[in-house]
Amino acid sequence: MTELCDLPGHELARMYRAGEATAVDAVESCLRRIGAVDDRVEAFLRVTADDARERARTVDARFAAGEELPLTAGIPMALKDVLCTRGVTTTCGSRILGTYVPPYDCTPWARLGEAGAVLLGKTNCDEFAMGSSNENSAYGPVHNPWDLDTVPGGSSGGSAAAVAAGEAVWALGTDTGGSVRQPAALCGVVGFKPTYGLISRYGLIAFASSLDTVGTFSRTVRDAATLVSAIGGKDPLDATSLPTEPRDLTEGLDGGVAGMRIGVVREWLGEGVEPGVKAAIEAAIERLGRLGATFEDATLPHADYALSAYYILAPAECSSNLARYDGVRYGHRAADASDVIDLNSRTRGEGFGDEVKRRIMLGTYALSAGYYEAYYGQAQKVRTLVIRDFEAAFERFDLLLGPTSPTTAFRIGEKAGDPLAMYLSDIFTIPSNLAGNPSISLPCGLDERGLPVGLQLLGPHLDEATVLRAAHAFEQDLVFAARPPLVEEAAA
Amino acid sequence: MTEYEAVVGLECHVELSTATKMFCGCPNEFGGEPNTRTCPVCLGHPGTLPVPNREAVERTMKIALALDGEVAPHSLFHRKNYFYPDMPKNYQISQYDLPIGTGGHLDIDVDGEIRPVRMNRVHLEEDTGKTVHASATGRIAEAEYALEDYNRAGVPLVEVVSEPDMRSPEEARAYLVELRALLEALGVSDVRMEEGSLRCDANVSVRPAGSAELGTKVEIKNMNSIRSVERAIRFEIDRQGEALKRGEPLVQETRHWDEDRGVTTSLRSKEEAFDYRYFPEPDLPPMEPDEGWIGKLKAELPELPAARRRRYVETLEVPAEQARILTSAPAWADLFEETVEAVSQPAGAVANWFTQTLMPQVPPEKAAGRGDAIAEVLRLVSEQEISVTAGKEVLVEAVGSGRSPSEIVDERGLRQISDLGGVIDEVVAENPGPVEQFRGGKEGVLGFLVGQVMKKTGGAANPNEAQRLLRERLSS
Repeated sequence: MTELCDLPGHELARMYRAGEATAVDAVESCLRRIGAVDDRVEAFLRVTADDARERARTVDARFAAGEELPLTAGIPMALKDVLCTRGVTTTCGSRILGTYVPPYDCTPWARLGEAGAVLLGKTNCDEFAMGSSNENSAYGPVHNPWDLDTVPGGSSGGSAAAVAAGEAVWALGTDTGGSVRQPAALCGVVGFKPTYGLISRYGLIAFASSLDTVGTFSRTVRDAATLVSAIGGKDPLDATSLPTEPRDLTEGLDGGVAGMRIGVVREWLGEGVEPGVKAAIEAAIERLGRLGATFEDATLPHADYALSAYYILAPAECSSNLARYDGVRYGHRAADASDVIDLNSRTRGEGFGDEVKRRIMLGTYALSAGYYEAYYGQAQKVRTLVIRDFEAAFERFDLLLGPTSPTTAFRIGEKAGDPLAMYLSDIFTIPSNLAGNPSISLPCGLDERGLPVGLQLLGPHLDEATVLRAAHAFEQDLVFAARPPLVEEAAA
Repeated sequence: MTEYEAVVGLECHVELSTATKMFCGCPNEFGGEPNTRTCPVCLGHPGTLPVPNREAVERTMKIALALDGEVAPHSLFHRKNYFYPDMPKNYQISQYDLPIGTGGHLDIDVDGEIRPVRMNRVHLEEDTGKTVHASATGRIAEAEYALEDYNRAGVPLVEVVSEPDMRSPEEARAYLVELRALLEALGVSDVRMEEGSLRCDANVSVRPAGSAELGTKVEIKNMNSIRSVERAIRFEIDRQGEALKRGEPLVQETRHWDEDRGVTTSLRSKEEAFDYRYFPEPDLPPMEPDEGWIGKLKAELPELPAARRRRYVETLEVPAEQARILTSAPAWADLFEETVEAVSQPAGAVANWFTQTLMPQVPPEKAAGRGDAIAEVLRLVSEQEISVTAGKEVLVEAVGSGRSPSEIVDERGLRQISDLGGVIDEVVAENPGPVEQFRGGKEGVLGFLVGQVMKKTGGAANPNEAQRLLRERLSS
């Protein structure tokens, strides 16, 4: 049987209004699931059960009073622990912020909270969102609900696993180089990264500011559209947020793909892509073709260099963004420092994990006098070329298509000792971060091990509508009904 | 004959007097209980983002325009990265190779000669907090701990950088006086060096007189008045000149001005200089003002000190030196013009009262809004109701205390007695000897008789009038 916690958000929203379920019912269902599986999945760093129950009761009372509330009202959700929540510890998966309680809410949560959304808790992630497997969290790895010995992907692994395991109906994550789409692919859920600047970054604890994008995890494309509609639009607190009015992205979802021109990024179906992934993507192309889309090969000639450029730009920004963690104002502070330099270096030495330190060093080096042009300057040029590649491709195509990740979920520990192999996990997701384009990952099948494969659709700047329309058409036709064994067991 | 010539460039930091800070909504005010004018943004909390203060950007553009420079059609904020606990993010949002303002010049007046000093750039950044080192000895190295006050963190700060066009401490002083006047006229800053709203670093080098090449540059920091800038530069020129004469090489370094000892000491060498790892601030989009915006700001510029000075000399016929003194303090110049309007006296005479009596003796903040009182005192003197000497006393007292001039005149009995007939009669009757002597042709005795009149009137008589009346009386 299907429990409330396994339903899509839009179905719960309908049931609340039809009197078939209450927000309290849905919250209790999620909390039961968390109780049943989270000791194995370890998606949550903190569960805010009392607050969730309280908020759910308030929403139910408002429904009972006949109030019209937004679709996000009363939906039990989770937030990646890089998104600041007032009064709720927000750690970024790091020891250095182990005690940090933000005095303010991030804009996405402020907007959702205002609309009556219910926060179940904060989810685990790679430290400061740096990683592709969630193994870089100071608080231990997250386990993929499809196979507990495998990773959920990263860095938003906790949010992806929570939605996949029915611990939350939907969740927010952040995507700097694929950190929403890649774990969504590995966990068999929908992961949507809208255009950079559509959703405010205020309160998103920065990793790489020019790339960081808030994204969504959900069970359906419609839910992704609902969530982004609720949190998007210009924010006066973020100077890089685009001057867009809030849009209802659920409008036009049913428009179908007939006549849509889709470019298949051939470079992304070559060497290094697992056969199971390749097969599922080829099948997806066939399916969309049957639905009326036309296909041609597309090329992003500079995408090969995107990964290298990313590993200059993101660490460079991170080396500066993470400088504030010095033990002076908040967070971890080394004991008995002899002077301020000792305080800074010991606080940071104790507080940061290896991957974070690696990237701070890479970035510091890339920005150093004498190296700036060769590294940062060159990487910026590559970024411009990648942006032009996309612009050229979108003159011919409405959408681009490829796999989200070259592999399905890999075993915990498998790539932990090999950063370069790990970095390759994001090879297909990074280009749209460099260019800022909207892109979505949605389940398109299972590989021979029974692990989900993610299909990636990429659209032009601010054309969320086309991306969502095609994804919705595919999802409606495919009906991805498989559920993780853990969910089958818990729901039985 | 001078063997060496000094080359001086100045980097001034100007705190803008905007209502709020550069990147958040916290009040921008001097002082306050530590850490009360702060918020998550200016404390550098995780996840917070800067939003630029439009007023601060406009003021920076105005400074660039007032210096006859260009406002860049495309400028960027950069991050300047270094660790210091008074800087909440451990980077400062500043500008690097694409500042808001470039070029222009500031014309300085040295001994009546006008010289242009070329400007390098005008850029906008955020100020840091303040560190207080707690130690019994007051020495940083012996401090047991330090306290941070972030009230100043994030205050908008404009850096105005000159080209190395000055050749003496006097020129540096003239530059600072002129820049301060310009900023005050623009109304962009409080320009108080003692409160740190105007700060200055100097780059000083020396070279053989007549040489075109620049010598080794030394940057001097920690000067907190125009006088100390002048002193520090003088010291540094002498130090470098003497080192060269002894054949010692100079090193490129940053030196610290010690106000008490009157010397500069080495702070760090070029090798120890920070690598700031500048890169474009990803949280802030580029600033791209259009012609319309720049034109509007240009049109809003007030009359600047140099133009005002020319007008005083050419139209109001104020002597050049007095025009220079008046226009170097725009608030005084405003009062001066108000007074000229209100009284029917030549502007030159009014300028005398200002430059010789008021400005040296009354703090400018007390004079604000006291135009009526100044005009009244000048009228009392011109109508001979009080003497010039009494006028000076009343002027300083009235403007300084805020009281009405007439009240002070009455209280102190300073009014001149205009009907001296009776007193003259008395003096003539009581001094037959001197009267005879005068009538016999001894002119000098008149002074004695005037003195007697003054004595009888307690100094309230106008001595010129007394002399005229005595002469009239005795010759009849």
